[in-house]
Amino acid sequence: MSYLDDKTPIPGTIIFDGTKSRMGYGLNKMCFSFNDEAAREEFKSDEVAYCKKYNLTDGQIEAIQKRDIISLLEQGASVYYLAKLASGLLGLNMQDIGALQTGLTLEEFKQKLVDAGK
Amino acid sequence: MAKIIGAIGSSHIPAVGMAIAKNLQQEPYWKGFFDGQKPLWAWLKEKKPDIAVVFYNDHGLEFFLDKKPTFSIGAAEEYISYDEGWGLATIPPIKGDPELSWHICNALVEDEFDITICQELGVDHGLTVPMQLMFPNDKTYGGIKVIPVIINCELHPMPSLKRCYKLGQSIARAIESYDKDLDVVIFGTGGLSHQLDGQNAGFINKEFDLMLLDHLVKDPEYLFKYSIRDIIENAGAQGVEFNMWMGMRGALSGKVEQLHFNYTVPISNTGAGTMLLSNK
Repeated sequence: MSYLDDKTPIPGTIIFDGTKSRMGYGLNKMCFSFNDEAAREEFKSDEVAYCKKYNLTDGQIEAIQKRDIISLLEQGASVYYLAKLASGLLGLNMQDIGALQTGLTLEEFKQKLVDAGK
Repeated sequence: MAKIIGAIGSSHIPAVGMAIAKNLQQEPYWKGFFDGQKPLWAWLKEKKPDIAVVFYNDHGLEFFLDKKPTFSIGAAEEYISYDEGWGLATIPPIKGDPELSWHICNALVEDEFDITICQELGVDHGLTVPMQLMFPNDKTYGGIKVIPVIINCELHPMPSLKRCYKLGQSIARAIESYDKDLDVVIFGTGGLSHQLDGQNAGFINKEFDLMLLDHLVKDPEYLFKYSIRDIIENAGAQGVEFNMWMGMRGALSGKVEQLHFNYTVPISNTGAGTMLLSNK
């Protein structure tokens, strides 16, 4: 028995397990490459061509073009690699990413964090 | 013989590294957090431990999904901080103690912990932020040598709280059987409650964090009842980094005394805990 046998969804949470890791392998491998500056520059010069090099699906490429973080997670992105794309290349910090995913403004998202401490 | 003198629980949030790089420690947002580190600095200066065993998780710098070990131990002469891809400044190399690392690895495998042994290991903010935080403005980190212990906190399945605690216990037995007079401190880094991904991003649970930390000191085995799923539900998807604190606590075999505690929320997207424990 594994804790992963409980398939009851956890609200607002996408569990990065074997299924997701298989689905997002190319996407995550591409994001892993962004540890290297040369790879980041290559992505910037032609996003779609770079995505195709890592065999991203059309759906994943579309989600990158739309900066749709939730869709990327649903298509197998792991947040640690995704951060390299979002922060390193799209200029979004963790609060920006939080706001995008929750549908809040940046200020509302920051307030949500502050309120959690009260 | 080597001796474990105490442990430090600490955040490893990249934003802390950014704040150090920009010298923001006395800004209103950061003051409470950095002032909360002062007792740790004083303790480290007084005790001058020779070795830090650092429990942390890699965030996609050294390990990729092609090979994702559950538990890994560094066994290198030094550990290099590399570009993580999003602008966090690297820090000077950190010395290792490969002889002690191999002693620990030999003992762990004998003890049925089949770890991955890393003779080269790039280290990310999980290790570099605590080193910067504990040894401010000191490029030699007080002369301390580190033994990195990396626990998978990215790809499910992840090891249970109990298993991480037992890993800490096994590491402690190995250290205490090492025939050199070394003073060892254990760092547990990361957490506490936070969630970076999904519609539940920004989730923090102060009450649950404080409950975990209270039991961690007084009765850590009580926490074995929480599954990884329970931790995700109560502390967020990345709240599983609490496993690093369980490993740390497991390595304290003696009578534990809490010398300092600080909890600052929010720091970036997390509840940030700071803890100093002595091992009598």
